[in-house]
Amino acid sequence: MSIDIPNAGLRIDRVSKDLGGRRIVSDLDLEVRAGELTCLLGPSGCGKTTTLRMIGGFLYPDAGRILIDGEDVSGLPPERRPTSMVFQNYALWPHMSVFKNVAFGLRLRKLPKAEIRVRVEQMLELVGLSHHIDSFPARISGGEQQRVALARALVLEPKVLLLDEPLSNLDAKLRVRVREEIREIQQRIGITTVFVTHDQDEALSISDRIAVMSGGNVEQYADARSLYREPATTFVASFVGTMNVYRGRVVPGGVELGDGVHVPCAELSSHDTGEFEIGVRPEDVHVVADGDGEGAEATVLREVPRGHYKELVLGLGGEEIRAFVPADLPPSDRFRIRFARALLYRDDVLHRSQTTAVA
Amino acid sequence: MSVIEQQGTTVPEPALPLVRPRRRRSPASWAGRVVGGILVLALVVYMIGPLAWLSLRAFSGLWQFPQFVPHDWTIKWWRSVFDDQLLLHSMKLSFIFAPVVTVVSAAICLPAAYAFSRLTFPGRRVFLISLFAANAFPKFGLYITMAGLFYYLHLMSTFLGVVFVQLIGTVVFMTWIPTAAFSSVPRSLEEAARDVGAGPLRVFFRVTFPLAAPGIFVAMILAFLASFDEAQGTFLVGVPTYITMPTEMYTLVLNYPEQAAAVFSLLLAVPSVILMTLVRKHVMGGKLAEGFQIR
Repeated sequence: MSIDIPNAGLRIDRVSKDLGGRRIVSDLDLEVRAGELTCLLGPSGCGKTTTLRMIGGFLYPDAGRILIDGEDVSGLPPERRPTSMVFQNYALWPHMSVFKNVAFGLRLRKLPKAEIRVRVEQMLELVGLSHHIDSFPARISGGEQQRVALARALVLEPKVLLLDEPLSNLDAKLRVRVREEIREIQQRIGITTVFVTHDQDEALSISDRIAVMSGGNVEQYADARSLYREPATTFVASFVGTMNVYRGRVVPGGVELGDGVHVPCAELSSHDTGEFEIGVRPEDVHVVADGDGEGAEATVLREVPRGHYKELVLGLGGEEIRAFVPADLPPSDRFRIRFARALLYRDDVLHRSQTTAVA
Repeated sequence: MSVIEQQGTTVPEPALPLVRPRRRRSPASWAGRVVGGILVLALVVYMIGPLAWLSLRAFSGLWQFPQFVPHDWTIKWWRSVFDDQLLLHSMKLSFIFAPVVTVVSAAICLPAAYAFSRLTFPGRRVFLISLFAANAFPKFGLYITMAGLFYYLHLMSTFLGVVFVQLIGTVVFMTWIPTAAFSSVPRSLEEAARDVGAGPLRVFFRVTFPLAAPGIFVAMILAFLASFDEAQGTFLVGVPTYITMPTEMYTLVLNYPEQAAAVFSLLLAVPSVILMTLVRKHVMGGKLAEGFQIR
């Protein structure tokens, strides 16, 4: 028996699920604290939507348990779970007005008419849609439909709010605005939330914690900063943000890449020597000015303007390496570079210094 | 696009919703419109012509060959049809059979349609296609075979026998169109209803059925008309006890004055015209076409 976390909003306890003869979710453990927003992030087919649907009751786990507020809900159908879902395509009922869409769940609970009216109006005010109370879903914009779906989910005061890629049907500008609105509302009412997305940008900007999933399991579960700074596996490293990954060796004062190119590096995640996979973020590739110490010779292959910075694609020995450098760096055919920071992986897992690991 | 405009030619750019400069109509396009107009007119005559002729016929007294319209007008044919107890009885029968067959057909086919749409089971596709078998062979052959069976089951000249034989013609679209209608209701709409607390039955009646209703409605209208117009099987199974309007037509064409037959034909066409007008919107809206695109 594992320990019960006090006030645990949601706990997924060694859950597995097979669909169509394939293991989609495999022995998954996840815990979301009360009031926390957790993102399930991963490529398509990683099991994130299946996990969400199991929390909502649209699928039943083949093994394991799902607990909400300490209560096992694994066997309950969706209508008897304290969860509410916002669907990817919003799933508003086209034959009902905005008011009826939001009120439907309350009506099923046989609340008095006047109370339903008040609660629906309050909720529509919260999402800023009071003026559309009698509109039909087809008559309002995608962003507004999105907020109706959110209102419909929240009006039932669920213990857990589930969002299934809720922003994927919106255009880029609106997506950023709506995700901030969702985060703002979520924090205001302090509801435990699970948010599924394949967009790392979305996940990094609104989550308390992010569970990066791959092959039906959680690769790493951490807040946005540690996920980015210390990706636990090479999968997370390459899925979240950009990461240069090479085979190489750790040598005193730096790393040596495949062709014997020596790159100085100030900070390494481990001081063990030997063969590693070496991961370097593009912003950790620094250009060394003349007379500022040693650096490895790199030739410029391409230069991509990115607005307030530019991306350089450099040739380093036989490898290509991406670097983010200031936009005002004078153009040149070749640069000397060093790594400000490098992560070392062995067997796809982050390798930390022995001292750190023991401590 | 701009190159084409500069040359001043009238080559239309397909599939690009750009604003094209106004062009003078070329002689070719005028000719096209005239030919199009003639074709439309021909189609109208083809469709409306027989009805118009029937209408003239039904009210005509003396009408001899070279005259374009009848010599004198009368409503005596209408009176004679409505005074004829046999004919009146057949009308009544038709208006009993058609609703009964429609309801029975719906009771059998709608659950099947829901199953075809929402469940996956082995042979689903084969079953769906096999419904078409009833329409794939000459009907009369089928009816003769059925008659053999019906004699054995003592269903000949019975109400039930006639209902059974008329059902044959309704099964295909009473299943296919509602299947498409159910399938066009996204599952997520049903899941959303479950999510807010509705049980499976309530989901069906509050979400699935209202959204599939137009398609089901079209199918029921078509079933009603198919039953109403069915003559061959009804004739074979129903005589001499159950003579509906279309079966009565056989006798009528042979034994009555032409004008009485015209009156009767018009009466037979009335429900079709009324009902088709009623569902025009839905049929045009593609509910009928959807029925043939089930995956």
